[in-house]
Amino acid sequence: MGAHHESSSTAPAILAEVNPTALPRAILVENNRSYSWITEKICGIIEGKTPTWWWVCFALACFVASFTVAGISYLVATGVGVWGHANPVNWAWDIVNFVFWIGIGHAGTLISAILCLLRQKWRTSINRAAEAMTIFAVVCAGIFPVFHVGRVWYAFYLFPIPNSNAIWQNFRSPLEWDVFAVSTYGTVSVLFWYVGLLPDLAILRDRFEAAGQRARSFIYGFFAMGWRGSNRHWSNYEMAYLVLAGISTPLVLSVHTIVSFDFAVSLLPGWHTTIFPPYFVAGAIFSGFGMVLTLMLPLRAVYGLQDLITQYHIDCMCKITLATGTIVGYAYGMEFFIAWYGANPNEGFAFVNRAFGHYAWAYWIMISCNVITPQFFWFKSVRHNTSLVWILSIFVNVGMWFERFVIIVTSLARDFLPSSWGYYSPSIVEIFTFFGTFGVFSVLFLLFIRFLPIMPMAELKAVTPQADVHGGEKH
Amino acid sequence: MPPSSYGLIATFETAPQIYQAAQKVRDAGYKNWDCITPFPVHGLDGAMGLGRSQVPRLSLVGGIIGFITGMTMIYWTGAVDYELIVGGKPYFSPMFAFPISYELTILFTAFATIGGMFFLNGLPMHYHPVLKYEHIKRGMDDTFFIVIEARDPRFNLANTKALLEQAGGKAITELEA
Repeated sequence: MGAHHESSSTAPAILAEVNPTALPRAILVENNRSYSWITEKICGIIEGKTPTWWWVCFALACFVASFTVAGISYLVATGVGVWGHANPVNWAWDIVNFVFWIGIGHAGTLISAILCLLRQKWRTSINRAAEAMTIFAVVCAGIFPVFHVGRVWYAFYLFPIPNSNAIWQNFRSPLEWDVFAVSTYGTVSVLFWYVGLLPDLAILRDRFEAAGQRARSFIYGFFAMGWRGSNRHWSNYEMAYLVLAGISTPLVLSVHTIVSFDFAVSLLPGWHTTIFPPYFVAGAIFSGFGMVLTLMLPLRAVYGLQDLITQYHIDCMCKITLATGTIVGYAYGMEFFIAWYGANPNEGFAFVNRAFGHYAWAYWIMISCNVITPQFFWFKSVRHNTSLVWILSIFVNVGMWFERFVIIVTSLARDFLPSSWGYYSPSIVEIFTFFGTFGVFSVLFLLFIRFLPIMPMAELKAVTPQADVHGGEKH
Repeated sequence: MPPSSYGLIATFETAPQIYQAAQKVRDAGYKNWDCITPFPVHGLDGAMGLGRSQVPRLSLVGGIIGFITGMTMIYWTGAVDYELIVGGKPYFSPMFAFPISYELTILFTAFATIGGMFFLNGLPMHYHPVLKYEHIKRGMDDTFFIVIEARDPRFNLANTKALLEQAGGKAITELEA
């Protein structure tokens, strides 16, 4: 901007600095809301009376969650044989559900970490809820492998803890890698979430104290660690947040890579492919964004958060869903191409069998939901129709569950020895256990929206126009 | 100054105001002072003359310890404490030890980063003179403050007050220690 003033005989032939064309930036907080409006809006959700719909949903969620409790109780009391697994299909719904829930979690980390590194500021209004979704999805995912070990009281054998047999874990196994990947993922997600919550807990501490609610003020204050908004603290805080975003990015990619190693490191046709890591990661982000849309759109409507989750946010999420869904579709095609190009008859059979064998119904549900559904997001009219976006997001969730089912079950049901081929159907115990995890997830999510700020207030204030110390000028 | 006073606090209404004022306090040579803001104000670190945060150094140490922990654990359990041939594979190889070491690198980096952030910030500290100020609660909501501590060598009640006034500070108040 200042280049004009230097125009004289000494002016250099090139510009002192290049000012890129100022692209109009999307407004992230609409209607020019003030800082205190944001505080009132978000804290008001927690401080207000518990709405009736919350109690209705909570009761319903508890009821659904009781199915998991029932399924697991019966399993523990009887034995792992109550699930429908039998030779040759020894992995089925348990691992399908595990991968499904872990995948859902990945969008939360993508929003909080990868979009933070890419300076996508639109992430601010959705990252808190998406991170909560991650943690609760990991909780649901963890149920399945832990109870699949059968004697769950020996589940600590998964970790290298000295035990009476003096034997150690087999660290050559991708299943053991998975133990470390998923437990690290859960831990780091909780820590990342907590660090983000810290300044907002301090706001709640002060507001409850001002309202004379000592007990609630004490609880929020305890976890706020005495945060006082000091800029010397903010400096370390922001750096720590950036480092956490920086390590969460390779973490989220590595976790689903290692989950895919559970299959890719084996020798089974249909599993033994090098495309699995990127294909699984893309699928995880795809399913996760489906779940973010499924959760955020009703939340936005119920709490009137249209100024904070704007149409621009929905557009961005739909476009990411479209992009990752298309990557997943490409991976499906590439699997077939490599199966043909590799000229391995077993590999070729595995894929033809997926599309036209006994489980063809599952395969075509997967293709319709995962490849065709996201293509609607090319159209602005679809992205602007919130109800339609919500319905499509449900299809994405369904499709991604079927993807894991197709990969796991079709390959196992037709293994190397035709005499042992089988057809797997889930038992009622598995159906109960899986159905109930939606209740477990909903219970946790409802508690979250009732007791914690669903949006990061400090971060939202920082992206408002009035937070710019230069008054909107470039610097 | 008598030890009964912690320092002076001044109120600012907007982010650009505190940004300008922080530059003035920095240029006046104060060291023991702070800004209280409801969100991290972009550029305020520079206006306060703060250096780069030390948190990443601790993160690096955590990461290195994590990686070494992973490799050592897998080597010791598989090749030293209880040797067992599984699938004809070697007792130890950095190849199969890598995924777990990688995850532990990230886990320990996260611990070091968060622990380091709390350590460098001196948190948890549930009682602080600044938190006793009656209007400080707005500092979490929508108002900005500058606090200059009495222990700063340049602190002088009259002069410091004049500086804060000249920088545009409102409601300048003495904080009890």
